[in-house]
Amino acid sequence: MGKSVNRFIGRISRYRRHRFAAPLMLLSGLLLAGVGFTVAQAATEEIQVVLSSDKASLIAEGKEIFARGCSSCHGLNAEGAGAAPSLIGVGAASVDFQVATGRMPMADMSQQAMRKEPLYDERETAALAAYVASLAPGPAAVSNEELAWERDGNTADGGELFRTNCAMCHNLAGQGGALTQGKYAPTVMGVEPKHIYEAMVTGPQAMPVFANSVLTHEEKLSIIKWIKFVETEPSLGGAALGRVGPVTEGAVGFILGLGILIGIAVWLTTKAR
Amino acid sequence: MSEINMESNKEIAPLEDPGLPEHVHRKTDVDPLAAKKAERQVSILFSLSAVGTILFVYSYVWIPDDTLIFLPIFGTTNAHQLLLGLGLAMALFFIGMGAVHWAKTLMPDHEVVDYRKEQRSKNEDREAFVATVKDGAGQAGLGRRPLIKRTLALALGLVGVSPILLLRDLGPLPENDLNETNWKAGTRLVTDPGDRPIRPSDLEVGGVAQVQPEFPAGKVRHLDDIAQDSVLLIRIRPEEFNLDAERLSWTYEGIIAFSKICSHMGCAVALYEQTTKHLLCPCHQSTFDVTRAAKVIFGPAARPLPQLAITVDSEGYLVAKAPFNEAVGPSFWGRDSQ
Amino acid sequence: MSARERVAGGTANFIDERTGAAKWMKKTLTKVFPDHWSFMLGEIVMYSFVILLLSGTFLTFWFDPSMREVEYEGSYEPLNGIKMSAAYASALHISFDIRGGLLMRQIHHWAALIFMAAMVVHMMRVFFTGAFRKPRELNWIIGVALLTLGIVEGFLGYSLPDDLLSGTGIRIAEAIIQAIPVVGSYLSYFIFGGAFPGEMFIQRIYAVHILLIPGIMLALITAHLMLVWYQKHTQYPGPGRTEKNVVGYPLMPVYMAKAGGFFFIVFGVTAFLGAVAQINPIWIYGPYNPGQIGAGSQPDWYMGWLDGLVRAAPPIETHAFGVTISWNILIPGLIIPGIIFTLMAFYPFIEQWMTGDKREHHVLDRPRNNPNRTAIGAMSLTFTMVALINGGNDLLATHFDMSINQIMWFSRIGLIALPPLAFVITKRICLSLQRADREKVLHGRETGRLVMLPHGEFIEVHEPLSPEKAYALTAHEQLPPLEISGADSNGVANPQGIKGKLRARMSKASQEQIQKPTAKEMLELEDGHH
Repeated sequence: MGKSVNRFIGRISRYRRHRFAAPLMLLSGLLLAGVGFTVAQAATEEIQVVLSSDKASLIAEGKEIFARGCSSCHGLNAEGAGAAPSLIGVGAASVDFQVATGRMPMADMSQQAMRKEPLYDERETAALAAYVASLAPGPAAVSNEELAWERDGNTADGGELFRTNCAMCHNLAGQGGALTQGKYAPTVMGVEPKHIYEAMVTGPQAMPVFANSVLTHEEKLSIIKWIKFVETEPSLGGAALGRVGPVTEGAVGFILGLGILIGIAVWLTTKAR
Repeated sequence: MSEINMESNKEIAPLEDPGLPEHVHRKTDVDPLAAKKAERQVSILFSLSAVGTILFVYSYVWIPDDTLIFLPIFGTTNAHQLLLGLGLAMALFFIGMGAVHWAKTLMPDHEVVDYRKEQRSKNEDREAFVATVKDGAGQAGLGRRPLIKRTLALALGLVGVSPILLLRDLGPLPENDLNETNWKAGTRLVTDPGDRPIRPSDLEVGGVAQVQPEFPAGKVRHLDDIAQDSVLLIRIRPEEFNLDAERLSWTYEGIIAFSKICSHMGCAVALYEQTTKHLLCPCHQSTFDVTRAAKVIFGPAARPLPQLAITVDSEGYLVAKAPFNEAVGPSFWGRDSQ
Repeated sequence: MSARERVAGGTANFIDERTGAAKWMKKTLTKVFPDHWSFMLGEIVMYSFVILLLSGTFLTFWFDPSMREVEYEGSYEPLNGIKMSAAYASALHISFDIRGGLLMRQIHHWAALIFMAAMVVHMMRVFFTGAFRKPRELNWIIGVALLTLGIVEGFLGYSLPDDLLSGTGIRIAEAIIQAIPVVGSYLSYFIFGGAFPGEMFIQRIYAVHILLIPGIMLALITAHLMLVWYQKHTQYPGPGRTEKNVVGYPLMPVYMAKAGGFFFIVFGVTAFLGAVAQINPIWIYGPYNPGQIGAGSQPDWYMGWLDGLVRAAPPIETHAFGVTISWNILIPGLIIPGIIFTLMAFYPFIEQWMTGDKREHHVLDRPRNNPNRTAIGAMSLTFTMVALINGGNDLLATHFDMSINQIMWFSRIGLIALPPLAFVITKRICLSLQRADREKVLHGRETGRLVMLPHGEFIEVHEPLSPEKAYALTAHEQLPPLEISGADSNGVANPQGIKGKLRARMSKASQEQIQKPTAKEMLELEDGHH
């Protein structure tokens, strides 16, 4: 056995100085690491939660999930600890927003929570929300069905409202923008209407609070309607180039436009064979 | 001496100019079949241009201008505009390609030599020029007639004043305009848009409101007004303020009002970070600390945002206590910025 | 005589009898132009200008440059009922209700971006090859003027639709005007017809954008081309090419076909971009409102470096005696660009002063053969790039997960530290390349083939260069540095004094070169072998 292994290794080592040997090794190393990591991740056990359907037990479930998944940062009674704020009074809306968009539990303790695959499913999220809501009164969660934005919202008004209240952080086309010290306002594209609503109402992390007394319920619906319009709006002039404006346009003009023209100029001045 | 010693160059120019290289014939020069092939290629290119024009005309006339189409990379886009553009691009591009390919393959490509002459005129010409000018100047006689010279200068100098003066009515003088806004003592704060007056209880801690001064019925709000009146209302917990007594008295129960027009170059500053209590201007990243009366903590702005003193009126709505104590917006020479 | 010949003859006769054009036409049609792709950059600029004129004229047929407030009722639903200026409404009308309107708007804007990009690259080519030297200094100055006018023209052009993004740019421009000492607020009120934004601005810049600046540019471009025509184009060094000749192809038929064809190619590529790539989607930005702003607001790229400088400026203002001087705006917005453009315009004369070379030059320099000039060019490019990057710092932060504060500090330090570093690195690279050239001429090209000699020594075979190649590598001149002595033999001090000393130092630095192979060295080689 050892001998044939040796012979095999001897035979392939002939190619150790081949010009593709190094890139191939690198590629296979990366592939192995990536596949190994994915497999290892998938193998972690799913948390099994026993579900029941009435309110009191929902709150109890929520408490259990909270104790397991949130209390290490937010404190055993959600009183907050260190960087994690108190959750008393934030309401079901906050929980629904943070947990259902995957922001909480936080991926890493960096500048801010980023949107990712939610860890908890709908049931578990509702349970957590019920628990936190039971601690102190706060804004209630909404459902997509309740928000009759298509019926009650006005796209044009929504645009004006967005430009006055939201675009300074989230960009004129809702693509997101930079805040200080590495924080950012995320893109509002591809967000469920209820999460847009809840974000405005609860003011997650750096985002300010837009209470219904300042930005009315109808105005919020108009904003949602405008966002949904822009999300599905065809890019009427061609490829949208990310909708972030003159920076990409300049880069495309230089690299693509001038690049093609210089390439043609080189062809033009070379002697034909 | 600062002249170049040109002689030394001979020493370091060892190689003779071998002259123009031998002309290499192209395939199309020697092989008539290759030439025919090139001719065919050029004709195909020109024909493609015609196809482009046909595509353009077809798109213009027969594709409705609201036709949408889904394509990879583009997403959903307007088919009419895309095909119109591609047609035009083809029509133009292939004329060019055809002409260039024709020149490269079929037109003669012998290098030709032309000779340069020195830019400087010959000495005789220069002398003749100088003589002409001197002669003409002598005939005009300005040197001998100083009165003519001086009055001519006076007339020409004065006539230039007229067009400059004509520009005076381009606009009014600024006078005290830049120091004034529509905010007076007792002006109510109203939401922008919506024009609804605001009670302190409407604003939650951590909340902001975009605000304009209330206009009397009949008065229309113009962009000129918005450019100086825009105010941002922010509510934090009163104990978080780090202000002197006077500025503190301009706030109301944790609500503080600042001019939204950046003190740097006039963009709207409304990017409020609830967690840090900082205001960021997206134009040049000037950062203002709300707890310290919008003091500049980063970026090129040199002055804090002007603070509007607010209180509540008898009906409980937020009103301005007084006009701004300084000019809003970017700096100008006559601004008293103490 | 065939029918064709008769018609042609008749036409030529008609024109010649009235203008005497035959002699001049003959000279023109046989004029020789050297052929190199880098000489076509100026053509890209010129053709883009023509495209701008054509597409721009189309747009003027529908654009309404009025700031009168209207309520939008058109095909773009999300803006229906919104109050906006007539200018913005007409731009929307062109985009959505005129067939080909959006296409032409996009072609116009892409052509403007390519116009500026090609102008900058063309200027770099002229700079790095020393084509601005006598007798072409005037042409260089005209070029710098065209660059400045182009930047202003582009800025005014994209501000015409009065949308939120470009309106913010106007606000910033107004702040710069207002910051000018003594007359700033007066100038601002005169230009805007009152307080910002007023109701006059768009129609005023319309006149400037479609008439005044294009007219001046057309005149300058004509002068620019006439000078090139009359002085004849420069050429790269090579066999058969001297300071006294021009080697290339005649205007008719080769150049007419190639250059004429290239016009259509440039137009075609620009139209292609206008067809497939969306640019300046003003309907998403909304109409200008001074109380609104969007994150990630940037000017077009050719103004991005100005924005970057303004962002990086330290927050310095002088408040004294009831006046305010905004150094934080004046320095990055007016003073530094003013200094840079002035230095740029006068560079040919600065270089002449440094080297003392007042002769005509028609053969270009390979960039490596003038390490000092190439390094200066690299230095200014680095400065511009850092400023440009800082102009987009918020977009970099959003898309690459960085902090704007860190990028800002990097730029503040980088603007000062990186250009000298680029200078030193570029100069060293040029000198190394010269060294490599020298080795190639003396010892031939390294082929990479190893040969074992009979007595066991391994040598690498060097292929000697062809005479054409060797000539091309040694055709350049190597000027000695100026000799400006402190005092002459009698001890009389040089009247030029400090200026003379400075000049001598700069000349020494600028003439730092690797010596070309001398005749003696070549002879020595022919005797021995390597």
